[in-house]
Amino acid sequence: MGEDAESPKINHTFLRDYVTEADVISTVEFNQTGDLLATGDKGGRVVIFQRETESKGESEEVGETGDSGEYNVYSTFQSHEPDFDYLKSLEIEEKINKIRWLPQQNAAHFLLSTNDKTIKLWKVSERDKRPEGYNLKDEEGRLKDISTITSLQVPVLKPTDLMVEVRPRRVFSNGHTYHVNSISVNSDGETYLSADDLRINMWHLGITDRSFNIVDIKPANMEDLTEVITAAEFHPHHCHLFVYSSSKGTLRLCDMRASALCDKHTKLFEEPEDPGSRSFFSEIISSVSDVKFSHSGRYLLTRDYLTAKVWDLNMDKGPVETYQVHEYLRSKLCSLYENDCIFDKFECVWNSSDSVIMTGAYNSFFRMFDRETGRGVTLEAWRESSKPRAVLRTRRVYTGGKRRRGDVGVDSLDFTKKILHMAWHPSENIIAIAATNNLYIFQDRVNPETQGQ
Amino acid sequence: MFPKGTKRKFSDSGEEPVSSGDQGPAASSAVARTLSSSYSLQRQSLLDMSLIKLQLCHMLVEPNLCRSVLIANTVRQIQEEMTQDGTWQIMTQALAAAQCPADRLVATEVLCRQTDAAAQAGQSPKPFSVVGLEEGYHAEEVVMEGDVETEVTMSTLSPVSPQLSSASYLAGPFGMGPCWEEEEEDVECEEDEEEDSEECVSEGEEGDRDHLSADSRTGEQVFGTFEIKHPAPPPDPALEELFSDVDPSYYDLDTVLTGMQSAPKMGPYDLLESLSSHGPTTLSSSSSCRSDLNELDHIMEIIVGS
Repeated sequence: MGEDAESPKINHTFLRDYVTEADVISTVEFNQTGDLLATGDKGGRVVIFQRETESKGESEEVGETGDSGEYNVYSTFQSHEPDFDYLKSLEIEEKINKIRWLPQQNAAHFLLSTNDKTIKLWKVSERDKRPEGYNLKDEEGRLKDISTITSLQVPVLKPTDLMVEVRPRRVFSNGHTYHVNSISVNSDGETYLSADDLRINMWHLGITDRSFNIVDIKPANMEDLTEVITAAEFHPHHCHLFVYSSSKGTLRLCDMRASALCDKHTKLFEEPEDPGSRSFFSEIISSVSDVKFSHSGRYLLTRDYLTAKVWDLNMDKGPVETYQVHEYLRSKLCSLYENDCIFDKFECVWNSSDSVIMTGAYNSFFRMFDRETGRGVTLEAWRESSKPRAVLRTRRVYTGGKRRRGDVGVDSLDFTKKILHMAWHPSENIIAIAATNNLYIFQDRVNPETQGQ
Repeated sequence: MFPKGTKRKFSDSGEEPVSSGDQGPAASSAVARTLSSSYSLQRQSLLDMSLIKLQLCHMLVEPNLCRSVLIANTVRQIQEEMTQDGTWQIMTQALAAAQCPADRLVATEVLCRQTDAAAQAGQSPKPFSVVGLEEGYHAEEVVMEGDVETEVTMSTLSPVSPQLSSASYLAGPFGMGPCWEEEEEDVECEEDEEEDSEECVSEGEEGDRDHLSADSRTGEQVFGTFEIKHPAPPPDPALEELFSDVDPSYYDLDTVLTGMQSAPKMGPYDLLESLSSHGPTTLSSSSSCRSDLNELDHIMEIIVGS
């Protein structure tokens, strides 16, 4: 089954893999150590993968991590259920929009997951021991006959099969009228922000019945609405700074020390429009779909429809680097507007050393750009063309000139296969790519460990 | 894959408003005229497509606000450019001049309701806002509580504002309703089908776009015409059986129409706000008119036999 990419003219719709809508992955996130990888899907489920460590018996040589790099399922749980807003008579989707891990403080792991309206804090803990030898209960838990007890014993912890328990610890509800698109944990470890189309709230992790509204761009008259918030993130080191992006392609850096309500930005990042390339679609393709601080905190990475841009926080006049993700689509904007693909929201990520950026595209392609050389490479996340442990070969979209074997024509691109969500391991060259209902994990074979930051 | 070969008329080759500045002097003015008319054709198609997109949204889940805002901004942009061209004025005048049969006025109503609401002050074309359109499907859903099946059917067939939903049914026999239905089912269909529905819609809108109007006076004319053309329907045993469990006050067309005329003051986002703020007074006054309109839709559907 599966579409035959070589003969696009044949209608293979009826042969397409039947993908349950609920299984479509909607977010991917590594935790701070990279040992755990969480995915959320449209059905409201969260699946956590854990990296396998090699057996302790093998000696570790210098330079080897001892990790095989394989991720296996660690735990699965239902995070959000479909809901119904009785007041508006509208369904609330259970799709997980974002997952963010909290920094680990003890043996348990905590993560935040959110759908359109409600954010939940989950505690993931392991249990591999159980007490045995109770005085009053027998092995099955039945009360013993007291007359049979002649001596006292101290219960002992015996090892059992590993059990992973996931429990909801907090539910942050009723904070948002519009759809939540981002959550971001603050570096202070106590607060986090959640952003919807028009407002950004700041929550304390321990308090669920109230939040602070720190940004509100809702106009007094909704008829005047022309801009919405598309993404937001806290600075990785400065707990008072955060950035949010808009549908008009602007970035606003806000300092919470300036005022309680950060409607006035501290810095506005905007690239002046090129009047020569103006079209009716200019605004739509300038809408920022994702914004990420670099690990250093010095740069911002943004993704709009056709490009990925790197901005220097110290310079608000324009981006310092611009990478063309799929420029060949510029002449197809009208068709893409018609089939709604122009509204697709692609994510973007940094590698651990901030030297490489990565983002997704269509036809199961994703792109990586080396910031030092400025060169980009196209890779494919599609099981038909890659076997486990095989080396990924680079792909190319044919846009003119000499056509090489394996080049894909622009008209042959499959726009239903979009790579929207992805994550990069915090310290190694391991990436997780979500392709519809499949999760691909790729590892750099040559250099399993990157130069640490 | 997105269907190939369907929308070639505004695909790759120059759907962007490229100026013909690069044409040499040898290029005749005829060519320039052709270029500009093809540009305005494309622009018009884009406008029509955008308006349809705003109206056709997933009914059960709250529509994506970002997408709606971006499409609304695009429509506003086109509107501004057309105003500068003078094309907008021409269309406005054409609408005002022609005392058209109900289908055209009604069809116009479908497309210009939103600007009408914004232009209550009687100014010349106000910037387009997505006010009336989103209000529509929110309204529909608030009303439909009990009958799930009806809800699904209704929302599929009349994805426009309450004022327009009856209008869309009226337009049904004149070619717009069925096309919208096809458009809805269009998600995975074959190329031909999509092409047909697309053409159908463009044809239906041929008349409409000439009458795009932001003139509030025209809006009232439309309302007036609507009232005259469609007096209260005679009692129908089938209808009554259908609505036997419904509050009979909804049958009163006059009440409904009055409700329609007062409803436009609220924008779609206002609706969200009023609902979320749990304002009881706002809710009751608008919910009654919305439920009235819901029933009107159903009545109209039966009358026109769709």
